[in-house]
Amino acid sequence: MINIEIDGKLVETERGSTVMDAAHKAGVYIPHFCYHKKLSIAANCRMCLVEVEKAPKPLPACATPAADGMKVYTHSEMAVKAQKGVMEFLLINHPLDCPICDQGGECQLQDLAMGYGGGASRYAEEKRMVSPKEIGELISTVEMSRCIQCTRCVRFGQEIAGQMELGMANRSEYAEIVSFVNSAVESELSGNMIDLCPVGALTSKPFRYTARNWELSRRKSVSPHDGLGASLAVHVKDNKVLRVVPVENEAINECWISDKDRFSYEGLNSPDRLTRPMIKQNNQWIEVEWSAALEYVANGLRQITSGAGADNIAALATPHSTLEELYLLQKLVRAMGSDNVDFRLRQSDFSLVTQGTPWLGMPIAELNSCDRFLIVGSFLRKDQPLIAQRIRQAVKLGAQANVVHAADDDLLMPVANKAIVAPSKMADMLAQILKALVMHKEAAMPPELLEVAVGDAAKAIAESLATGERSAVLLGNLAQQHTEASLLASLANQIAELSGAKFGFLAEAANSVGGHMARAVPESGMNAMQMLEKPRKAYLLLNVEPELDMHNPDLAISAMKQADMVVAMSAYKHNAIEYADVLLPIAPFTETSGTFVNNEGTVQSFKGAVKPLGDARPAWKVLRVLGNLLDIPGFDYDSSEAIRDEALSTSNKPGNRIDGISYKKNQTGAVLERVTDVPIYFADALVRRADALQKTPDAAMPSARMHKDEMQRLGLNPGDEVRVAQGSASARLKVKRDDRLPLGVVRISAAHPATAGLGPMFGEISLERA
Amino acid sequence: MEKIKEFFRTFLLVELLKGMALTGRYMFARKITVQFPDEKTPQGYRFRGLHAQRRYPNGEERCIGCKLCEAVCPALAIKIEVAEREDGTRRTTQYDIDLTKCIFCGFCEESCPVDAIVETRIFEYHGENRGDLYYTKPMLLAVGEKHEAQIAKDRASDAKYR
Repeated sequence: MINIEIDGKLVETERGSTVMDAAHKAGVYIPHFCYHKKLSIAANCRMCLVEVEKAPKPLPACATPAADGMKVYTHSEMAVKAQKGVMEFLLINHPLDCPICDQGGECQLQDLAMGYGGGASRYAEEKRMVSPKEIGELISTVEMSRCIQCTRCVRFGQEIAGQMELGMANRSEYAEIVSFVNSAVESELSGNMIDLCPVGALTSKPFRYTARNWELSRRKSVSPHDGLGASLAVHVKDNKVLRVVPVENEAINECWISDKDRFSYEGLNSPDRLTRPMIKQNNQWIEVEWSAALEYVANGLRQITSGAGADNIAALATPHSTLEELYLLQKLVRAMGSDNVDFRLRQSDFSLVTQGTPWLGMPIAELNSCDRFLIVGSFLRKDQPLIAQRIRQAVKLGAQANVVHAADDDLLMPVANKAIVAPSKMADMLAQILKALVMHKEAAMPPELLEVAVGDAAKAIAESLATGERSAVLLGNLAQQHTEASLLASLANQIAELSGAKFGFLAEAANSVGGHMARAVPESGMNAMQMLEKPRKAYLLLNVEPELDMHNPDLAISAMKQADMVVAMSAYKHNAIEYADVLLPIAPFTETSGTFVNNEGTVQSFKGAVKPLGDARPAWKVLRVLGNLLDIPGFDYDSSEAIRDEALSTSNKPGNRIDGISYKKNQTGAVLERVTDVPIYFADALVRRADALQKTPDAAMPSARMHKDEMQRLGLNPGDEVRVAQGSASARLKVKRDDRLPLGVVRISAAHPATAGLGPMFGEISLERA
Repeated sequence: MEKIKEFFRTFLLVELLKGMALTGRYMFARKITVQFPDEKTPQGYRFRGLHAQRRYPNGEERCIGCKLCEAVCPALAIKIEVAEREDGTRRTTQYDIDLTKCIFCGFCEESCPVDAIVETRIFEYHGENRGDLYYTKPMLLAVGEKHEAQIAKDRASDAKYR
């Protein structure tokens, strides 16, 4: 530690830190543009010039290392003169269009020009113009002339997002921020550049000109999408959500959020919104009052309970529903005498029994300090954008990332070892790694592993894990949705135990952990798969779009069509109009209070930011009234907090320990098997309706992707139209070449209307030219 | 002694005469009463009357929808909605001033970066219904179009003090 004096205040700071850090500690504000605590130091805006005793010239505070006994003056004559001069230079080419600039009112340049600039400019010549660039559907660069070349966006791309999509071209007067020729910014974290831009050069395209920032009320919320549970600020005007920005939360999302969190709000104002309860009578949908709709549902449930038996009632919910909703749903169903309730809609193997609620196995922030990773079956960047970002930072500091997956998607970080195999061979690959690890540790060889032949990739991964000090073994979405999910989890758990690693599940959705805590899983009843395999008489759907949210869409639709009563509680008028009998409009996350439990088990409650649209109501209130109508005791809650407290008092505590499931070699002889990803912008009902996100390349039409050798074997060319079939289910898709896939697989995205007619996410699939 | 003085002052109607003298002085002085509709008081170029929205000489409306007037209005009399026009510029889709709320402080005029919203010399406007004094964008633009010559002249006179 060293001592340094800033404006007469003595502060102690770490050796190697900068004057800017020390000033921050001392509570002295030094104006700056290019400096950002999460990015590398560029020192190119020169706004942070300060006077340092005995230095002949002013020095940039962000790039000057603090030295013992240093005396810094931020308001001395020299410093003020330097700041004024820099500000005058910055404003020479900055257009005076604050009145029409979306950044106006929250602009760093505007604020600092008021605080540190002169009253007038001496520059009367022509200003520089920079032509607008087209960089995609999310970021507007129409006013690139406003750029002050701080290069924050460039550094963000390089350092945080992992891909340099913007760069600074040319020199001096001609310098400008450009993307690569004809390419857009496609990072799943790109929206953060809008926040980082200290001026109005990069602004949000969907938000453009919709409001000035002083008109917006800021309300805190929690992301309803991936398992991270990022802290959000929902900006509201006239009871309408107009934008979403991150709230700094070092333990969870640092200061970033993914584009999915940022731009999904457009789905809240979608014309698709369901605003009135509706009942189908004589094949006609009629709008009814809430009381009539709920009475209808209660009667229907009563009839089925007394007729066919309570076991014929099934409840399905998405893991994007809140803890309160899931808790009340299972309480309702169980009170009626059924145990058929599940939220694990995309899973297919439910035999895994963990000791508690499956979770990440460690705090999210601890990922940064891990030195070895084994990531099993995860489309990491798309499924967990900010966890991928944390792992990227760890890798930058020397950690080794090892990947076992069915597709070699670019993680935008150096991957130490990877084993890209077909889904049916993933268990074998983990067994190989386990065996290699057993041999490396000279532990007792489990008998079922004797026959396993260890390959080079497995050896390298085992070697990497064995040499780590703080390792983590993480199971991604694909591994959890896999038909052998329990075996994969068990093997991964054994690998983790043997290598001393933390073992964790990367939660698929905002409330995957919360669903287990709310006990919205069957104890003796049917799981999500069985409820479809043995069709039930009544289905209660909470937020679910069965053809898009479930493991086997074909089976889901046929089960729904056979049912006597389908009650769809949804914020949207979706495909349920074809098979449902009642549509109940419920409120999405901004319109209800609720709780999400994230990956690391943090319970995050939030309040509604706006009033529910039309007649929509928070789902917990709908379920409460339904409970009252069915005369179920214990449904008199005054607030969502009361439900949350009750849910948490009976919840399963997090725990990942798995009692070993022994490895058996997979005997499938499938020639061609399906690999399924859930595209980032189709993962839940809200993002599916976010217009701007739907125009990005990540929301492109699904295709049948395969390796070029596989295409050759099948005699197909890219762009050919094929009919893919899984049993009786089929879809017509275009063939696309993707050499990042292993042989013997076709990758077809789920959760898209074009593939909603297909069968399960994994397993045998056939192709024929259409 | 005081009492005697007081007696003579009252008895001789001194106060009355003083008052009459004042009246008499005004009787012969120059009259300042204006015979309103026939005659009008002079107005300064900074007079703050009815609002108007202005256009540029090429016919383009000046207002860019920055909402500074809405933000500064102490009576909350202004309501603006903005959208991007087809040509990509920022324009208002709604610009209403509720003149029953307006206190004619002139802040809107002062805050406007493009001299779009101005207060004219008109003060003799009226409405038969309360709603008639809710001026919408076309009405404000119509006022501006009708009085542009005077408005421009007034802005020019004031320019050197701004």
